[in-house]
Amino acid sequence: MTAVDVSAESGIPGDDAPQRSFRRRKRLGARVRTGMLLSYLILIGLALIYIYPFIISIAASFKTDAEATQDALSLIPDTITFAAYERLFGDVPFPLWAGNTVMIATIVTLGRVFFDSLAGYALSRLKFKGRAFVFAAFIGILSVPGVVLLIPRFLILQQLGLYDTYGGMIIPLLSTAAGVFIMKQFFDSIPVSVEEAARIDGAGTFRTFWTIVLPMARPALVTLFILSFQGSWNELGHFIVSRQSPELNTLTTGVASLVSGQLGSGNQFPLQLAAAVLMTIPVAILFFIFQRRIMNTTAGAEKG
Amino acid sequence: MPRTAVRPRRGGGIRRGEARSGWLFVAPAVIITTVFLVIPIMLALWVSVSDWNGFQSPLNPRVNFVGLENYAAITVEDGLDQRNFGTAVRNNFYYVLFVVPLQTIIALLLAVQVNRAALRGKGFFRTAFYFPSVTSTVAIVIVFQFLFTASGAVNAVIGAFGIDGPDWFNDSTGVFHGILSAFGVGAPTSGLLAEPGFLGISGWQWLAGPSVAMSSLIILAIFTTSGTFMLLFLAALQSIGSEIDEASLMDGAGPVRKFFSITLPMLRPTLFTVLTLGLIGSWQVFDQIYVLGGTSAGGTISTPAFLAYRSSFVDLQWGQGAAIAFILFVFIIILTLLQRWALAERGPKKFKQSKVTPKVQGGLR
Repeated sequence: MTAVDVSAESGIPGDDAPQRSFRRRKRLGARVRTGMLLSYLILIGLALIYIYPFIISIAASFKTDAEATQDALSLIPDTITFAAYERLFGDVPFPLWAGNTVMIATIVTLGRVFFDSLAGYALSRLKFKGRAFVFAAFIGILSVPGVVLLIPRFLILQQLGLYDTYGGMIIPLLSTAAGVFIMKQFFDSIPVSVEEAARIDGAGTFRTFWTIVLPMARPALVTLFILSFQGSWNELGHFIVSRQSPELNTLTTGVASLVSGQLGSGNQFPLQLAAAVLMTIPVAILFFIFQRRIMNTTAGAEKG
Repeated sequence: MPRTAVRPRRGGGIRRGEARSGWLFVAPAVIITTVFLVIPIMLALWVSVSDWNGFQSPLNPRVNFVGLENYAAITVEDGLDQRNFGTAVRNNFYYVLFVVPLQTIIALLLAVQVNRAALRGKGFFRTAFYFPSVTSTVAIVIVFQFLFTASGAVNAVIGAFGIDGPDWFNDSTGVFHGILSAFGVGAPTSGLLAEPGFLGISGWQWLAGPSVAMSSLIILAIFTTSGTFMLLFLAALQSIGSEIDEASLMDGAGPVRKFFSITLPMLRPTLFTVLTLGLIGSWQVFDQIYVLGGTSAGGTISTPAFLAYRSSFVDLQWGQGAAIAFILFVFIIILTLLQRWALAERGPKKFKQSKVTPKVQGGLR
């Protein structure tokens, strides 16, 4: 905890700074250094436990079935084979699943960003009768646990004739109370003066929102975009209860069906792992591009 | 608030048509939420007190009101349905009992280590621990099945220490039963523990502990959630700052003493949030169980959330499925209200914050 503080201080230009920090370092040095060493050992050990499973999974997706089963730990396959990937694009309708997921995740993400920011803006800025009630209702809905919605969602889709259609898979996901809440919080935090000026100039409410407010809301929009994309890409429950046709399988439901071993005998680890690797890539890319923001979002939630 | 209270009196000019736009703006979100959340829940509530069997509409006139029959069948009437529910509750109970404390401790450990200011490669470690949290459960389950198969990586590693690993995901032995049998204690043939007890499950079965299969899922849960909770702890640790750290070090407090008498008390609000979020989340475990088929390992990985799905969609006992879902619903709402109430005790500011956390996390998972 202190070593950087100490070395940073010694870097500050000043007459006696280096000497003082040297004395301090001597006093604290031994303990800090053992502490650091221990920290590194713990962290490296833990990091290995967290990362190694992914690495050997990638490695195993290039192995033969037999080798993946017998020699799970090795990093480099004896015989590198692309058989698993070829099967994914041959016997298995993986491209179809991927296509469905890409389309659904795109529409759901855009829809959520648009509808949730519209609603969040109205709840933050526009005065209308019933606003307090609508907001309270959204807050109440936040605590509805997602998993108990499975049966209800199926029932309503069936009633509306939307079961087993793209519409039924997409429309219920187009807005979330959480997204509305995030956007409302954000609009509460930015000053109102710019839009006031636009309004005085005679711009309508929607035009003000679209041309002035949304561009200012970029940070919140990006956050909502990431959350929505990752959420809809990884969504499983809703796609279990909103469809049954194989043509409507998404990556999650399709790859899950691989686990139950519909495709012949054996454990087929390379095939399953190849599918897992491929379906993770887009989210992984998004994660690495936006990792700072993603991690700040999660952490920031606690700070408020 | 005062601003908007004064404005409208001064002139309709700027605020003209605001009420109309307001409703127009919230309309899509309100309609989607009403049609696909509020109404469906009402519909499911009706199904849970009806004898609907999945054919035609649950609202057709041949469907009868049966009162609390479905709720009774899973809770008080002896039979298979009651035992299935009891087993699912027991399985989930042990899952929660292990997941919540372990993920909290590990998340805290990760956060404290990563937070060390002097650490190089902070970003790397943070990323490594958080990455499992953003990947799909389906992919993680596949990786875990591969790791925990009988001849898999985990058994290869513990085999190096001379331990003969089990066939993790297919082993229905209760961990506590296993430990007891190592001391020569077997299943009782008579007496209180052998009789069917609460929810039709015998005392001996209640004491089984998580099965080996469920233990693998416990490890999986810790693996995927500790990163998220680590970030919550990290944020809190960063707000504590390094001055206090340094001061305590100068005062001669050892790292262990410092952790327990300074860091931990300061983290109490976050600790509470993490514990309750963990509690709420781990009573909802579904995806993993679904991907694994849910009925393997002698039914020891089934949970109420999965049983609700299975009763309805597979066994076509829609009333019972909906009843299980509602019991779970009420239970989780109570947990959530307890959390909000407890956080509200600390003042209105905290109350506001507590609402953000659950959903941001829900979104991330």
